[in-house]
Amino acid sequence: MVATTQIKQFESLELESGVVLSPVDVAYETYGTLNEAKSNAILITHAFSGDAHAAGVDAEGRKGWWDNMIGPGKGFDTDKYFVVATNVLGGCKGSTGPASINPATGQRYAMDFPVITIGDMVRLQKLLMDSMGITRLLSVAGGSMGGMQVLEWAVRYPESVASAIPIASTARHSAQQIAFNEVARQAIMADPDWANGDYYDKKPPGRGLSVARMVGHITYMSDASMRQKFGRRLREENGIFEVESYLRYRGSQFVDRFDANSYLYITKAMDMFDLANGAQSLVPVLSKGRTRYLIISFTSDWLYPSYQSLEIVNALRRRNQDVAYIELTSSYGHDAFLVEVDEQTELIRGFLARTMKENGKR
Amino acid sequence: MKGENGPLVHELFGRGDYGLISEIVEPGARVLDLGCGEGELLAWLAEHKDVDARGVEISSAKLQKAIAKGVSAYQGDIESCLADYPDKAFDYVLLSQTLQEIRYPLQVMRDILRVGRRAIVAFPNFGHFSVRLAHLFAGRAPKTKLFPYDWYDSPNIHFLTVDDFEILAARQNWQIERRFFLSGTREVKSFPNLLAEVAVFVVSNP
Repeated sequence: MVATTQIKQFESLELESGVVLSPVDVAYETYGTLNEAKSNAILITHAFSGDAHAAGVDAEGRKGWWDNMIGPGKGFDTDKYFVVATNVLGGCKGSTGPASINPATGQRYAMDFPVITIGDMVRLQKLLMDSMGITRLLSVAGGSMGGMQVLEWAVRYPESVASAIPIASTARHSAQQIAFNEVARQAIMADPDWANGDYYDKKPPGRGLSVARMVGHITYMSDASMRQKFGRRLREENGIFEVESYLRYRGSQFVDRFDANSYLYITKAMDMFDLANGAQSLVPVLSKGRTRYLIISFTSDWLYPSYQSLEIVNALRRRNQDVAYIELTSSYGHDAFLVEVDEQTELIRGFLARTMKENGKR
Repeated sequence: MKGENGPLVHELFGRGDYGLISEIVEPGARVLDLGCGEGELLAWLAEHKDVDARGVEISSAKLQKAIAKGVSAYQGDIESCLADYPDKAFDYVLLSQTLQEIRYPLQVMRDILRVGRRAIVAFPNFGHFSVRLAHLFAGRAPKTKLFPYDWYDSPNIHFLTVDDFEILAARQNWQIERRFFLSGTREVKSFPNLLAEVAVFVVSNP
């Protein structure tokens, strides 16, 4: 399956802050075929550092970030469903973000880029869906920050979402999650090369960005998975621990593919996200609509622990909304949603088949 | 003494109680199955009776199979899950072969009758003659076809009979709307406390 990222430009997008971005680009890929009734469309939303290349192989031979889940005969079966993946607003993989040119100045936005929210990311995705003539999605699915977009979709456009699959996600960040993001942001901003975000024609803040990524990677793994993967083994050539070497490698690799300002804006959007808009209870906000939910969490995920998924599940049950929930056993920590393919495939396949059937009766 | 002459019961997935439940539940009903296992019954009810089906299951492995069948089941334990549901959220709450395994059955029954308009409760009858005989003659904790476990690794922690349940229902002012007694695949029409292997009650709290 060869995949090509396409770009669609819209005249403008009004953000939740009231600021209007104009024009605005969204990068996306599609897999499978949209049926005549346009009732088999699934939107895949990506996690923090993901992009529109979710499945298939691109021109450089790189596999999509969820290729093990999306494709013919896979969990999101492209023989049956039409799958769309986008790059989020604020990102750096084709959608409008801080590295884009600000038409008002002819310069890159950098820190002039407006504050964006998870809701704004979803608004842009909605524009794309509307342009494709898709008024009701069979499902919106994604892990981590992708799960936040899923929840936002279900709450913001209940009539447009037949089912929602938030995986290893939350309705709002905990203090711990905000704290890790803040450490990462401070690492970037402490790098002199960051230069208040004005680094695009100069040397990018590689050291800061790579430290930020290293922190991230620690939180995506678990004690058990790190012990298994690295233990206390040393690398012979330089005498440093395997885990140090791994983190440095992942950090430096990230610098080549990610924009530091996008890191700041997107993590802030995650931290500010609160499905209940500051209310204690999620029940009122989740009681709109008849969206079916499949919620998945993982035993060893300490970054997005199961209690956060359960909070959503229990709020849905308070109004007897349609929800399936399972905590899968895994030692991979937060990364599990990208790794535990067999279980998720079985669950998602059955859930989607049922949704398709119920949707047909509607 | 096996009630051979009673009418045959339609079985579903090899179980008479499932067969009865599948006939009792009306099309389009809202159903909650407590301890739904791999979700066979709920998937069947959704498919054939278009019910709005929900399940609760504690075992992750079984739950996975249930969700894979498209059943909206969630991971939780019966005793704590009911509190979150609104009053009369369901037309039927099913408790099949589980009452005898629950620590506080009376509390669970009360919760069930709060969240459901009706409960369908099926349980193995400890008053069955085979159990009585096993106990009488062996002088040991009964280990029979109905109660196949050794006492030390049995999931059953309560040993109730048909009469026990009837008496509890009367004391609690629950209304037993319908009652079915099964022996194998046959319905038992007389002496249920002695002859029924499994009892199925449809209960409401008027």
